[in-house]
Parts: sequence; structure tokens; C-alpha cells
Amino acid sequence: MKTAGCDIGSRTAKAVIFENNTIISSAVIPAKLDPIESSETVIKMALDQANLTMADIEKTVGTGYGQQEIPFANCLESEIVCHAKGAWWNIPSARMVIDIGGQDSKAIKMDENGKVVRYTYNDKCASGTGRFLEIMADALHVELDDMGKVGKTYKEQLHISNQCVIFAETEVVSLINEEKDVADILNALHISLANRVASLARSLTIAPDVIMTGGVAKNSGVFDALSEGIGLPVKALEGIDPQINGALGAAIIASEL
Amino acid sequence: MSIVAGFDVGSLSTKAVIIKNNKLAGSAIIKSGPKPVESANKVMKKLLDETGLLQTDIQASVGTGYGREKISFIDKAVSEISCHAKGAQWFVPSARTIIDIGGQDCKVIKLDKDGNIKKFITNDKCASGTGRFLDVMAKVMNIDVSELGKLSQKSTKPISFASICTVWAQADVIKHINSRRPAEDICAGINVAMANRVSMLTNVIKVENDICMTGGVAKNSGVVKALSSILGCRIKKIKKTDPQLVGAIGAALFAQEYR
Repeated sequence: MKTAGCDIGSRTAKAVIFENNTIISSAVIPAKLDPIESSETVIKMALDQANLTMADIEKTVGTGYGQQEIPFANCLESEIVCHAKGAWWNIPSARMVIDIGGQDSKAIKMDENGKVVRYTYNDKCASGTGRFLEIMADALHVELDDMGKVGKTYKEQLHISNQCVIFAETEVVSLINEEKDVADILNALHISLANRVASLARSLTIAPDVIMTGGVAKNSGVFDALSEGIGLPVKALEGIDPQINGALGAAIIASEL
Repeated sequence: MSIVAGFDVGSLSTKAVIIKNNKLAGSAIIKSGPKPVESANKVMKKLLDETGLLQTDIQASVGTGYGREKISFIDKAVSEISCHAKGAQWFVPSARTIIDIGGQDCKVIKLDKDGNIKKFITNDKCASGTGRFLDVMAKVMNIDVSELGKLSQKSTKPISFASICTVWAQADVIKHINSRRPAEDICAGINVAMANRVSMLTNVIKVENDICMTGGVAKNSGVVKALSSILGCRIKKIKKTDPQLVGAIGAALFAQEYR
């Protein structure tokens, strides 16, 4: 049985095709203005990759901020449940997921069966979300994808004292004017973001294994700083783009329907 | 003859006033630089140039705001809360609640019947509900922040925001501009969002009449109107001076007592 998971986020849309406990294909696209268009485009991409059509898919589960707008979803599931499912399927020892997406961050606790026990999230404040990195990338004239790599070459430990993205951006501009190194500033920013999310996670009892998911997990600077922040080594999904975790969980849930 | 000065070094603007025989005799506002001491020196020079006074004419001066302790020529440093309370009461003796919205922070101060500070709450962590929020939105609208109040007057249907965060609100404003919503509705929505955020502080501290507003944002009639509506109370305007100067005026009044 082939199933699909579709995660319509505010910044990106993701789709996964799943069969026999294996990911057949996946796709990630920038979100379009119309979430219906996002979902149709991303699912087509994933299907094309696997040489399939929608007719081959038995069940589809939709998730994410725009889940109500997915016309081909058979049912919907919360992102919280989907993220827990995806991470636990990949790493059965996972007991917590920390997901940092484009416009929100979540911390989810699971039991030994991947069932959600508790969760907390921030979708109100841009601090602790992917948007923080986007704004800083602009301010520093660095590509978003290069931030992690460049930050790793830091020499001086700087400190960003403002959590608010708007105030932190002004702080960054001051640091640039003081001719501080971009790598040093990036490192400080990664720590700042990670600490904000670690704070969120700490409102739950942190227990290993902790898996980091979401697009921001691809930033090695934030990834490592998060481990420091929670006092436990954070794990990455094995062999899977962390950004598709929500869609993966949705596809797995579809296979269990 | 009593000649005293008050300085308020803010993160965005530095203000200074001279009070001569209990009357406002001159004022100056400049954009703050990165070093508070330099800002204080610069505004002092501007103030003296404008009033024709010499530094030696000033018998006492008090400083407030960020970095006040570092200003070498002041006699005393006093907290912003105390200075805003002092200054506001000089204009509105019946004031029991002072809402001060500055460039990068917001304070709500409650006074007892004798004018002493009873309670206060501050937000200096989140840009929303501070002058910064308005600056960001005005920039997106391609207007001067001083126009936000006036432009909103004709609005009949203010836009609404899904979230209070300045970052998300900025994206919403761009969306509304692209959807060609009328400028007055966008401006009105911005002012209402601002007032809503400030009301999160007033909800904690429970305002009491008379309420007055100080700080630069008090010059935005749209925010004043929206806040008044949310609080269900009239907000008394500080008419005889620029509300942005109230902190510096309070500082000068303290200098008058110190002298």
C-alpha cells in the first residue's frame, strides 16, 4: 500500500510517499501564496520522482498550518503527532523531538511507542524560529545555507543580549559597525537561537534521545548549540532531510489508518 | 534665580531641558549615538546654543535614561520611572497612571494619591508595543512615523493582525499593501495593534484615572485614541510640551529640588 503525507507550512510545503515501511520519494518547495497550490505542486513533485500518480496513493494524511487546504488529504493530523511519529519511526529510542520550523518551534515528548505525552510550542514570537536566521542572513549578507558552516570558523565568543529578533538585528548592525567578524556574529546568533528553543524545551522534562527536526536542523551551528543548551547530545534523523519529518510522520500515520 | 537642567539619554533619542524659576526655558532633542556620554555632551551643547546659556549658568543637573551614571557633568542620576512620574505630574497633577512609550520600551507607572510611585511594569524585551514597532511599520508603508496618526483618521475598517510580534505584523502589512487595502486602514490597524500590545501591560497593572501618556509615541493621535478605547478611559494629553521631553523635565525638576 502506498501512502502520502503532506505538510503545508507557512514557509515551505513538504510531501513524502511511503510504502512497505520505506520512503519512496519526498519533495520540499517554498510555500506559495495559495496553500492549495502549494499542496498540489509538492505532491506532484514527490509523485513524479517516484513515477507515480495520485491514483496510486491509497491514503493521504495532511498536516501543518495549511492542512485544511489540502484537497486530496483523506484525513488530517496535528503537526505535533506527525513529528513525533516521524522521528520515532526513524529512531525508536527517541523520547523528545525539538522541531524548529520557518515560523514556529516545538518541543514534543513521546513514550516508548512514539505516542505524544506532552508538548509545548511557540508560534507567537519570531525569536526561536527559522525567521530569525533568515533576517540575520539578510543583515549579514550571508546565504541561509552557509550560516552553519561559516559560524563554525568563529574565533571570538560574542554574545547577543536581545532575544527579540528586531532588537537583536540592531545589535548585529552595531557589531558589524564595530567590525566584528561575520563568523563570530553568526556563532553568537546560533547560540542565541538555540538557547531560546532550549528554554522552551526545558519547560518539559528533557530525556534522551532528543531528536532535532525542521529546516533549522540543517544549520550545524544551531544543532550543536542546542545540545549545549539542553545539556544533552541532540541527534539528527538518520539519512533523512529533517525538514520532511512532519510529512513523513503523516505518511506513516496514513499507512496505519 | 534658579536655572537647572535635566537629561534623558534614551536608546534612540537624547533629550535635554532647562527649567528656569520653575518654568520650561529651553529644550533639545537629538538622535542618540552608540555612547551615552557623547549623546549627553552633544545635546548639552545644542541646548546651550539654543538658550544662549553657558554650562556654568546651570546650577544643578540631573540625568536619567540608559547610561545616566556615566554622564560626568550631572549632579545626580535618577531612574526613568521617577523622572517620568515627576514630569507628568507637573503637567497633569491629577495623574495616577502614566503610560510612557519610548523608542524601544514601554512603561506603565501607577501613583498613589500623594504622587508617589506605587507600582510599575516595563517591557524592554519585545519590540512590539514600543516606538520600534511603529518605526518598522512606517518604513514598510514608506511614510514618516509621524504621519501614522494623521493618516489613520479617515479609516473605517482598520486591518487586523494575527499576531503581536513585530516580525509577523510586518509581513501582514506587506500582504495588505499588496492586496491594495487603503493606507488609512493599514495605518489605523497598526495603531490599534500597538495599543493592544500596550494594553497587555495595563491589564497587569490596572489603570486608574487620570491617565496620561508620555514619550514620543504619545504624539501619535491614532495610538492614543485606540488605547483610550481599549482602556475605556479618557487619556489626558500633555499639551504644553512635547511629550517626548517629560522624562528630561522630570529630571530637571529633581535638579531644582537638589539645588
